[in-house]
Amino acid sequence: MPEADADPGVAVADAPDGDDAAAGVENAAERPGMWLELDAAQEAARQEFRRFTRERVAPEAGRWDREGKVDPEAVDELRRRGWLGALLPEEVGGGDWDPVTYGLLTEEIGRGCSSLRSLLTVHEMGALALARWASRELKAEVLPSLAGGERLIALALSEPDVGSDAASVATSARRDGGEGGDWVLDGTKRWITFGQIADLFLVFARVEGEAAESAGKKQLFGGGKDGGGKGSKIAAFLVPADAPGFSRAPIGHIVGSRASQLAELTFDGCRVPAGHLVGRVGFGFSHVASTALDQGRYSVAWGSVGLAQACLDACLEHTAEREQFGATLNQHHLVRRKLTEMIVAVRGARLLCYRAGHLRRQGDPSAASETLIAKYQASRTATACANDAVQLHGAWGLSEDRPLERYLRDAKVTEIIEGSSQILQTLIPRYPLPEL
Amino acid sequence: MEERKTKIRAFLGKFFKNREIGDDEDIFELGFVNSLLAMQLVQFLEKEFGVTIEDDDLDLDNFRTVNRLDALVARKKGEGAEAGELAHAGS
Repeated sequence: MPEADADPGVAVADAPDGDDAAAGVENAAERPGMWLELDAAQEAARQEFRRFTRERVAPEAGRWDREGKVDPEAVDELRRRGWLGALLPEEVGGGDWDPVTYGLLTEEIGRGCSSLRSLLTVHEMGALALARWASRELKAEVLPSLAGGERLIALALSEPDVGSDAASVATSARRDGGEGGDWVLDGTKRWITFGQIADLFLVFARVEGEAAESAGKKQLFGGGKDGGGKGSKIAAFLVPADAPGFSRAPIGHIVGSRASQLAELTFDGCRVPAGHLVGRVGFGFSHVASTALDQGRYSVAWGSVGLAQACLDACLEHTAEREQFGATLNQHHLVRRKLTEMIVAVRGARLLCYRAGHLRRQGDPSAASETLIAKYQASRTATACANDAVQLHGAWGLSEDRPLERYLRDAKVTEIIEGSSQILQTLIPRYPLPEL
Repeated sequence: MEERKTKIRAFLGKFFKNREIGDDEDIFELGFVNSLLAMQLVQFLEKEFGVTIEDDDLDLDNFRTVNRLDALVARKKGEGAEAGELAHAGS
């Protein structure tokens, strides 16, 4: 496990004249200015993540993509290394990593396989939302197993007819037997990442019956199609895969992240105990889902940077080796232009991720807004770089013998999940941002 | 506490530009609060005032006005029965 917890994270301080980064980090929190540099522990962690990806992930990612599933041994490896509970607090067995070190993990894994990176993403989304909003009893019951990776959790928000307008979920929940009674869920969730193998699901549903009445009077958002606040009756529930009334079916034939083992989930009178309500009725979307989605955007942003970096690496190597018209490709000016655009875009996206990570570490309220920006830019960068990478590789870029066509398919997914680029375009201009 | 309310007003003011928010004005009725702001509000309270907002605190009446937010923080900091009563009023 990387020694990430010994360090405050990416330094944001006056640029020191010398090159003693470690010394600069010590006072980073107190010093103004902008100096972005990894400390020794973070750099060591990055090298460990990179080595793991190079040796264990990248060589297998094409096969996992074709087979539509990641190797269980790779998941075990993440578990053994403590990477599945990286952000959970130490008291439940988590790693309590700083957000930047976690970002480096998702970047490096994302460099090799977007599907395996997705496993980290959804597990942390669900686990952190529980750590933030579940009752103390529920936390004590499930967080240790999530921190250790003995159980995997997935997020169940999207439905066949509900995507970006997530506060309009149709899956219903009602109490059986009044206060203290079980919750009974009915409905269908679709496109659930790693839904085929998850042990637990954080499910978002519209509460009906008496339990909804008091919540419905307290609107958080403007009027929705039901005449009440759109999110006013949404609640989050923890549903184990062995809950009565729960079933799942694999979804195949998707264009990208093909090994992310998507599933459709069916809740047919699915019953969970009263204590499996996470947060309160009416706060399922505004607080529980938002916590999860914010974490998901952060993870996808870093993973997208990794994917874009993989595209760039492949292009730098290919254009240095391949000769056309009597010169290597990288001696042609139009090729250099593309390489330059890729280099600049990748570095820019990574800097946005660093900034979001730094603000997250500080608990700064603007971290969520900066994370939106980082995700928006990084996912668009990944798609642009993958598109250019296929172009620069010509026919090889279209072949399954090289990873470029997979990169392009996977990159497109990053622009759709955890807030599509268009949804982010509607959100980003609405929020005040601290001046840079 | 007036100093705390000033900070709360300043934070909300970033989102409700060109509009001064009264201490008893319902920010949800103003129609701009969405999930991202709701979450940022929680993060603001926690970072600025050193409290932890938990699932038990998820009552809209705790977040509805500047006065309610101030009372929520006061209650979380254990600043006396008066603040606690205000925080629970209407819930």
